[in-house]
Amino acid sequence: MPAPLFWFFAIVMLVFGALVIINRNPVASALSLVVCFLGLSALFLSLDAFFIGIIQVLVYAGAVMVLFLFIIMLLDLRAEERRKLNWVALIGGALVALALLAEIWSVIGRTKIAHQVLPALSSPRIDDVRNVGLLLFDQYNLPFQVIAVLVVVATIGVIVLSKRELR
Amino acid sequence: MNSLLPWSALLVPLCASALIVLLFQRARQVSVFISVGAVLFSFVCSCLIFSRQDIAAAEIDWINFPGLLHVPIGFTLDRLSKTMLLIVTGVGALIHIYSIGYMREDDGEARYFAALSLFIFSMLGIVLANNFVMMFIFWELVGVSSYLLIGHWFMKDAAADAANKAFITNRVGDFGFMLGILMVWGATGTVIFREMAPRLTGLATNPAFLTLAVLLIFCGAVGKSAQFPLHVWLPDAMEGPTPVSALIHAATMVAAGVYMLVRVGFLVQASPDALRVISWIGTITALLAGLIATQQDDIKRILAYSTLSQLGYMIMAVGLASGETAMFHLFTHAFFKALLFLGAGSVIVALHHEQNIWKMGGQGKNLILTFVSFSVGTLALIGFPFFSGYFSKDAILALAYARQPVIFALALFTAFLTAFYMVRLFVVVFLGKPRSQTAFASQESPTTMLVPLVVLAICSLLGGYRFFAGRFLALPEEHHTGLVIPLLPLVAMTAGSVLAFLLYRGRATDPLNLRALRDRLYLDEFYGWIIEHTQDALARLSAFIDRWLIDAGAVRGASSATWGFGTVLRLLQVGNLQAYAILFGFGIVWVIYFVIFR
Amino acid sequence: MTTLGDYLFVSGTLFAIGFAGVLLRRNVIIIFMALELMLNAANLSLVAFSRFRVSASGLPNYHAQVLVFFIITVAAAEVAVGLAIIVAVYRARRTTHVEDLNALKF
Repeated sequence: MPAPLFWFFAIVMLVFGALVIINRNPVASALSLVVCFLGLSALFLSLDAFFIGIIQVLVYAGAVMVLFLFIIMLLDLRAEERRKLNWVALIGGALVALALLAEIWSVIGRTKIAHQVLPALSSPRIDDVRNVGLLLFDQYNLPFQVIAVLVVVATIGVIVLSKRELR
Repeated sequence: MNSLLPWSALLVPLCASALIVLLFQRARQVSVFISVGAVLFSFVCSCLIFSRQDIAAAEIDWINFPGLLHVPIGFTLDRLSKTMLLIVTGVGALIHIYSIGYMREDDGEARYFAALSLFIFSMLGIVLANNFVMMFIFWELVGVSSYLLIGHWFMKDAAADAANKAFITNRVGDFGFMLGILMVWGATGTVIFREMAPRLTGLATNPAFLTLAVLLIFCGAVGKSAQFPLHVWLPDAMEGPTPVSALIHAATMVAAGVYMLVRVGFLVQASPDALRVISWIGTITALLAGLIATQQDDIKRILAYSTLSQLGYMIMAVGLASGETAMFHLFTHAFFKALLFLGAGSVIVALHHEQNIWKMGGQGKNLILTFVSFSVGTLALIGFPFFSGYFSKDAILALAYARQPVIFALALFTAFLTAFYMVRLFVVVFLGKPRSQTAFASQESPTTMLVPLVVLAICSLLGGYRFFAGRFLALPEEHHTGLVIPLLPLVAMTAGSVLAFLLYRGRATDPLNLRALRDRLYLDEFYGWIIEHTQDALARLSAFIDRWLIDAGAVRGASSATWGFGTVLRLLQVGNLQAYAILFGFGIVWVIYFVIFR
Repeated sequence: MTTLGDYLFVSGTLFAIGFAGVLLRRNVIIIFMALELMLNAANLSLVAFSRFRVSASGLPNYHAQVLVFFIITVAAAEVAVGLAIIVAVYRARRTTHVEDLNALKF
């Protein structure tokens, strides 16, 4: 992917990611997150990871964020009321996050592999769904089964947690 | 044979004591026999030792670190120690015989004789010791024997307290003694007397050190010979049986201090400052005791203060750099003081253990032999011409006149006081009319008590003459003082005697009432006050340290610190998710920093 | 040409944004969304490494992509359960303010 496109999608992702945490309205935050995920999916596609890119949109943006919006609607959340700001906590948290950012940037800046450019592939179009699938069902079969069980458990858990008291 | 004699003289009394304690405590007669036999045996050995010139005793190497410390168990057998051997065993034998009669009805008779034999053993050890450490060990043993004997009637609180007082006061002196021994050992490298004398030149370069060492050694004599300020135990020691008072607290044990100072005379006389202190302490003791004795009412107390006074004379003589004069007076004093105590004991027994002189009186008619021997003793003590005390006391006064006129004046006044209180005692007890029923009906003591009185009276009479004393002692040199010396003491003695006779003849109560002297110058109360307050202060300090530094500080501090630490840590558990998250992030940032950037 | 560093840089920034959101927002739902941001940032860096580590046969290293697959699945399950819990808490406490949910303290 040409560099400008990369930067475009990257900026979109980052800006809307920031908007998630800046917005006061929860619905606006959720929708910003959806757009952020779209940008992320584009970045996945730029990395020739087509399967992951599609899955990102289908599962995350399609299912997870829908669930979020359902819950926001269910709880009928309004915009967050203004409460007295705890300045100490705010400054502390901001500092910690900034420190972490600084550290990550400096680490990335120092490593040699960071300068690696996109290596060539065996062919311009690769069938990554097939490759991922082969790997998944071959080497990672057991984890796959376990994940399946985990999803079932989560489903049952959600049902149990959401039950109201039987009258 | 020759080398066994000193060992057997020393050890046989110990064996007697051990036998009595271990086997024969129930069999009273056997115990008496063993003990008296042992001391007579030692006396015979002493006579043999004295008569022979070639006695040499085998030495046992007890501690031997070459170059560092050599402590043998060995004997010195020069004229001085041989004479002391005779005095100790001789007077000791007489008192043993006297005790047979005196302690006849006592239940603890066996215990008494065991302790008495132990005492003979310990005292002989002091006399025969050839080094400081051995002498110190026997010094302490003598203190133990004295404790056992003073507290013989321990059921009486007064006796038990007196025994404690004697031992503790002695310990105070012995502490100084030990420090002095250590100092001398440090300076000369040896504790053996014979080897010490040549090495003293090294000490001459540091006179302050030498003076301090001598004064500390003198502390031992201050304790044992009851000098001021450690004299307080001797009058209380009269709680013990009278023969004990005679043997230990008149003739021998209290003389040990004087003997020790004469034994290390080369050391003592090397320090003029120490000599001055010693002579003044002796003088003060003599004067003080003489003053207090004039107002006491217990016959044994008067004699005890008299002993204190005479010991003061001896120490004074030592301080005036004449050991021979001191030993001369020790020699004569042993005889007449033992005689006076035994005589007093005879009176006490005859009056059924009454000791207050104002309840006696007229005993001269009832107890004839006691009366005669007591008179001999009194005349010897006050320094009446031709009796032994006259010669030895005049020798000391001559010495003082030649060396320190101020001390001479005080000693002369003390002689006046001596005459005064002894004649007071004599008049009140033996002359006049009986002042109580028991005094009226008193009868003479049994023979076993009277024979020693006679023997001692003879010795008190002859003891001062050159032909007698000169065989045993190196007599002091004659000081040519013209007529001053025979005259002035005679005047003092006559004045004191006449004054006492006029004041006390025919009286039923004491015309003089000097409260301060009667109450012993309040020294006991003063010591009690000091001890009480220092103990109090120490106790309060310990309580403070315990309560505030250890309990509150360390113990409670540790627990409070933990509790406080826990409280602070608890503040982190706020329940607020974001607070946890912030701390979490903070930790991650730090870890990354330390791992990657350092 | 974009380098691996660019992708990692973007991923790290997204992660920091998500982390800031967790620390600074007070609404539980928003915090949860910020948590999703962090997960996705990790996914991005995994996929980037997968593409830049080409194996001998000229193919990307698909192991990382399988891992990303699992992460997405687990994240979805986690969101479901987490939101169910939030609903339950809301029914009990009638609030989604995180400072009111402080019963787990000393």
